[in-house]
Amino acid sequence: MKLLLKGGRVIDPSQNIDTVTDILIEDGKISMIQKNISLPEADPGGDLKIFDLKDKIVTPGLIDMHTHLREPGFEYKETIRTGSEAAVAGGFTSIACMANTDPVNDNRSVTEFILKQARLAAMANVYPIAALSKGQDGKVLTEFGDLKDAGAVAFSDDGNPVTDSGLMRHALEYAYSFDMPVISHCEDTGLSSGGLMNEGFISTQLGLPGIPGIAEDIMVIRDIGLAEFTKTRVHIAHVSTAGSVQAVREARSAGINVTAETAPHYFTLTDEALRGFSTNFKMYPPLRGSNDVEAIKEGLRDGTIDAIASDHAPHSSIEKDVEFEYAANGITGLETSLPLCLKLVDEGILTINQLIEKMSVNPANILKIPKGSLKTGSDADVTVIDMNKIWTVNTDKFRSKGRNCPFNGWELKGKAVMTIVGGDVRYAES
Amino acid sequence: MGAQAGLFTSGWRLRNTMDLSKKDMLGIIDLPKDEIDLILDTAESFKEISTRTIKKVPTLRGKTVITLFFEASTRTRTSFEIAAKRLSADTINISASTSSVVKGETLIDTARNLESMNPDIIIIRHSAAGAAHILAGLLKQSIINAGDGAHEHPTQALLDMLTIREKKGTIEGLRIAIVGDIAHSRVARSNIYGLTKMGADVAVCGPAMMMPRDIDQMGVSVYYKMEDAIKDADVVMMLRIQLERQGKNLFPSLREYANLFSLNRDNIRLAKDDVIVMHPGPINRGVEITPEIADGPHSVILEQVTNGVAVRMALLYLLSGGRK
Repeated sequence: MKLLLKGGRVIDPSQNIDTVTDILIEDGKISMIQKNISLPEADPGGDLKIFDLKDKIVTPGLIDMHTHLREPGFEYKETIRTGSEAAVAGGFTSIACMANTDPVNDNRSVTEFILKQARLAAMANVYPIAALSKGQDGKVLTEFGDLKDAGAVAFSDDGNPVTDSGLMRHALEYAYSFDMPVISHCEDTGLSSGGLMNEGFISTQLGLPGIPGIAEDIMVIRDIGLAEFTKTRVHIAHVSTAGSVQAVREARSAGINVTAETAPHYFTLTDEALRGFSTNFKMYPPLRGSNDVEAIKEGLRDGTIDAIASDHAPHSSIEKDVEFEYAANGITGLETSLPLCLKLVDEGILTINQLIEKMSVNPANILKIPKGSLKTGSDADVTVIDMNKIWTVNTDKFRSKGRNCPFNGWELKGKAVMTIVGGDVRYAES
Repeated sequence: MGAQAGLFTSGWRLRNTMDLSKKDMLGIIDLPKDEIDLILDTAESFKEISTRTIKKVPTLRGKTVITLFFEASTRTRTSFEIAAKRLSADTINISASTSSVVKGETLIDTARNLESMNPDIIIIRHSAAGAAHILAGLLKQSIINAGDGAHEHPTQALLDMLTIREKKGTIEGLRIAIVGDIAHSRVARSNIYGLTKMGADVAVCGPAMMMPRDIDQMGVSVYYKMEDAIKDADVVMMLRIQLERQGKNLFPSLREYANLFSLNRDNIRLAKDDVIVMHPGPINRGVEITPEIADGPHSVILEQVTNGVAVRMALLYLLSGGRK
């Protein structure tokens, strides 16, 4: 089976390519990038599909390095199949999934189970992130060596901040010895516990207990300090505050090995959205103030924030159709992430090339997975984007089981219209 | 009874040139000033009913009012029930301990079940901020928020404003101090919205850890010393301190709190001579207010309770009438 992607604007930051050209895919690999690949050359055997991608953007498959697929344990919220279907519908060829399943992904058998389910689903590539501590309880490290061997790509207790700095230190050192990243959910629970939304004027008006930005900043600063001290590296998950952006920026310029991601909602929404108490605006970290949103955008623009990941966190109505205070944290993201990110391009904050770096090249580098490139010989993971497609978010049409999306009804511009994973078209729309 | 009801026949309705703009009463934040005036004016005219021998008019005959209380309350629930009964509405009281909530039914399911029985007004109190908003968005009935978490308690603010207006003639230009646990107080929030809209100069005061962030943006001045806050005040509104909050990093001890933030014979002299002292109740005697102040000549605490019935009658009436 061969695919010929004709006439698209190919943007591959890993090779500094940005030009209208053709791509030939053979046996699941990129076999040729060349202008006007002619048919006889491409198709001596006749087993060829040709796609006219004029006016479309063709990029290395997008990677969402922070998702929750809920399986095993919470299959009523999402399964690896529905989650990876949502991924390809959103333009993602690879996703990494967090360990807060039941049982927790803290041992080889769960990691292998996730990979097996992903193979059976045959949609996106799924990369399990293993728990940093057994049971994600912050006490004893998991078996990093065995988990890496089983296929885990990173370690994180995401959702449960590692409050014990000694444990975090050892995790950083041990993971580094395997050339694996630690992903840190930064939250000082002494400052955040009981909080339901960003602390500020809006929380004061709504009478909801606040989560101050400093609860995040303090832990970002701690983890940067630990990364410097141990001469290792750390990846900061879902940056939401101006303070975190500044801390990462200063650390980077001091030569400390820290990377960071943010999520689309942190540069799209502010805590103003909480008026009305809709639980679809409740997540951790919480939506922040407009100064934080501006700082996130600046961090994206100047390169402080390396990656955009959706923190896709599907929940059912059981967790969300309740009083705000009782509602679970988290929103879906896979099927809205790219169009929300494309707004950054529209606003002139990022070029499309920079956006592709943050949604493909950089996540691949952080997770050290062989993705994020259209180099000849690499896996044919390709995302085709229609920058001008106007569409309206309708959660009823989501592939994800989660309907907890704050953007339902939004009119968005730009969309993935074809998602190719390993040379196989897994998603396509006209 | 026919003659007494005359005040509330269609003739009276004709003089009432406006209605409330919303089907619900969720908070004071989005209640326009002229609607506050309307409610207070209506309440004033209703007060007289409660002084009659036969304290009942047929205004809401055939209407069904449900009070749905997920949080303990004696005063507010009773006040709503009396208000509804004096207007001849049928009242049903549901409290969390007797409802199916204990069996694990969700708020939304409870609400939909109640809706299916066709009540006209549902009054809800809940410990979670925004609970009344959930019902308002879901049900066609009028929802009255009788207190949601630390968010709003609009009828308390309305009865407080009625009391102040009665005692002082106007609210505009008054210096009003609200003292206590501002962070956790829905009474404080609703009053801040209402009193600032009516033109009062509002000061809030309490221990620093009970002062919510950026509260000055609500248009109030912030004090941490009782003496500064109540100096030259026309009105001092003391808030109930939740005793269970001590020892949770919110304040060290009741003794310290009482030393610093109770209204007593000494510090009340700093306020104006004709200061009125208010409290939403229930009071902790000897904690935020000393007995001689609570029972003293400046106290209007029990008049607040009386006005509570009138304000709630007015609200039930206006919410029913405005939706004919």
